[in-house]
Amino acid sequence: MSGHSTYEPKTGFERWLDARLPIVRLGYDSFVDYPTPRNLNYWYTFGGILSLCLASQLITGIILVMHYNVGDAFNSVEHIMRDVNYGWLIRYMHSNGASMFFIAVYIHMFRGLYYGSYKAPREVLWILGCVIYLLMMATAFMGYVLPWGQMSFHGAVVITNLFGALPIVGESITTWLWGGFAVDTPTLNRFFSLHYLLPFMIAGVVILHIWALHVVGQNNPTGVEPKSKADTLPFTPYATVKDGFAMSVFLILFSIFVFYLPNALGHADNYIPANPLVTPAHIVPEWYFLPFYAILRAVPDKLMGVLAMFGAIGCLFALPWLDTSKVRSMRYRPTAKVYFLFFVVACCILGVCGAKLPDDPVIPHLKTFLLIDADLNSFVWLSRVATLYYFAFFLAILPILGLKETPLPVPDSIASPALSPEKKG
Amino acid sequence: MLRKLSIIAAVAGLMIGGQALAAGHPLPPKDVQWSFEGPFGKFDQVQLQRGYKVYREVCSACHAMHLVSFRNLGDKGGPFYNEKYKNSNDNPWVKAIAKDYEVADIDSETGDAIKRPATAADRFPSPYANEAAARAGNGGALPPDMSLLAKAREGGPEYIYSLLVGYKDPPAGLKVGTGQHYNPYMAGDLTSAWSGSHEHVPPGGFIAMAAPLKAGLVTFDDGTKSTVDQQAKDVTAFLMWAAEPKMEERKKMGFAVILYLLMFSGLLYAAYRQVWKNESH
Repeated sequence: MSGHSTYEPKTGFERWLDARLPIVRLGYDSFVDYPTPRNLNYWYTFGGILSLCLASQLITGIILVMHYNVGDAFNSVEHIMRDVNYGWLIRYMHSNGASMFFIAVYIHMFRGLYYGSYKAPREVLWILGCVIYLLMMATAFMGYVLPWGQMSFHGAVVITNLFGALPIVGESITTWLWGGFAVDTPTLNRFFSLHYLLPFMIAGVVILHIWALHVVGQNNPTGVEPKSKADTLPFTPYATVKDGFAMSVFLILFSIFVFYLPNALGHADNYIPANPLVTPAHIVPEWYFLPFYAILRAVPDKLMGVLAMFGAIGCLFALPWLDTSKVRSMRYRPTAKVYFLFFVVACCILGVCGAKLPDDPVIPHLKTFLLIDADLNSFVWLSRVATLYYFAFFLAILPILGLKETPLPVPDSIASPALSPEKKG
Repeated sequence: MLRKLSIIAAVAGLMIGGQALAAGHPLPPKDVQWSFEGPFGKFDQVQLQRGYKVYREVCSACHAMHLVSFRNLGDKGGPFYNEKYKNSNDNPWVKAIAKDYEVADIDSETGDAIKRPATAADRFPSPYANEAAARAGNGGALPPDMSLLAKAREGGPEYIYSLLVGYKDPPAGLKVGTGQHYNPYMAGDLTSAWSGSHEHVPPGGFIAMAAPLKAGLVTFDDGTKSTVDQQAKDVTAFLMWAAEPKMEERKKMGFAVILYLLMFSGLLYAAYRQVWKNESH
């Protein structure tokens, strides 16, 4: 899609620079003249929103590091909150920014899933996105440890212990991760180091992600590749103004959390300094990890649970080859659309299950019967059903459905349905 | 499609989330109308001053507040803020309060450990030298530091208030250990101390602190009647301030930021409509 560059240096300096480092040309071709499908809807604005999130996290993070002190972690965070000018703002932006980042990335991923943005020739683009997501999860986990509150500490204990489930190498890996024989100051130190490193790795992979995007071009709600000039519009001003509007609306949501609900997405326990001798009643990860936490706990065996959890992310990497459908967008796959809907619901159910105690009843005050190890009316069984569906969606439904279903007729070009009065979401 | 779907997901989430309390869980905190609630909420300065007095005369005997400095009392939004003293270190009330405390220091001439009156720049000194001493003085229990207490408990200020006014005689059949007190708002599980049926385990848990507040225990200088309820409300408001001293500044800035973003979004939307006017999509 990059096509032929239409950039024409206008001033003498631009001509001089263009012959030596065509960086202005790169910017012009990527963000001004770059052709975007004319039918992109608001679900397609989250890529831009995500780059805003990354920039915000990087800037606030770098400022926080100027005042944070690993040796006195908990108190130094409070020093930022109380004594640093606008420290409370920077810190709340950073902690809530992580949640906003994940809200945006989940919408971005569901959008890619729905419109088939992982299908050829966009497999590498999709996989790079999955790598970014993995790096984000690692970064967010280590960032949550840094305030060194009770949930930071015990969350780190639970997550690092997962690696201990691996046979033979498990114990050595956990000792290596901890930098000792328990989660302690050396663990915090290395997490701090890695928490500073990984965002720059994310930024690097984001560049690759955008590069891959600009090679194959953007997908669009019809899933039909642009065929002529009539199908596309230049990135600027069409996409920039739409992305800009979406970013501004997203910032309103962000601001509501930062200024009015700054601790709503956190845990009260994390305002208690880390204490290895006192374990919080319920150790719960941040909301964006809850679906995976539920998958982990759904499996009765620890090692199998860990494998299932990583397998859940692994499915995303294999997705381009799991979906056999020739039709890209689910807009023209009525059956797949229904299964997709259930998939989103299953993910939300897993999120709820991850926050609850496994043995608590889903429907209060209702005792049914014991099935294997828990009452049927319990969150652990609900999470098992949802986990099963999660894997079935990737490993059975998408591979089989693509061969069996009868899709609706796909339009010849983007412009044909886009120009017709009837529009579909 | 996705819109419908997100609504379904939200409804499903609510249905699963709405859970009744099982026996043995603590009572949900009482609902209190605080002046600092809501997007325009502010601390009531007179209430903070009363609350500080309760902290000073009752709580501080056992509870430290080591993240708060005396100067913070005179910061904007604080209990002793005065417009005349923008620099809270100059605030005469702050200076007077600090002088009442003694803090540990080192004599710069001799290197000896000494005690000197606190200044506005000092932090609130802790009532015990260390954790072991605090535990020894309280039957093995550690009185939690109060700097962040209002944010460090599920339910926040309403939980603290409910706990303070919620002390009750233990129901018959509940075995209360020495140095323990029954409180229906305290987190915990009383099953092992309960001799009655498993279906009727009383709510709440045991707490090492005896009911700390009594009517008339603190004399309020503004003439407010010193009931337990009043003392509990006031000290809780003070603790909320101690935990989140920048709350007023935060909400005020939030209003301006959101107002700006709303206008900016409107402008961008108008630009978007203008740019896309002749393009179908």
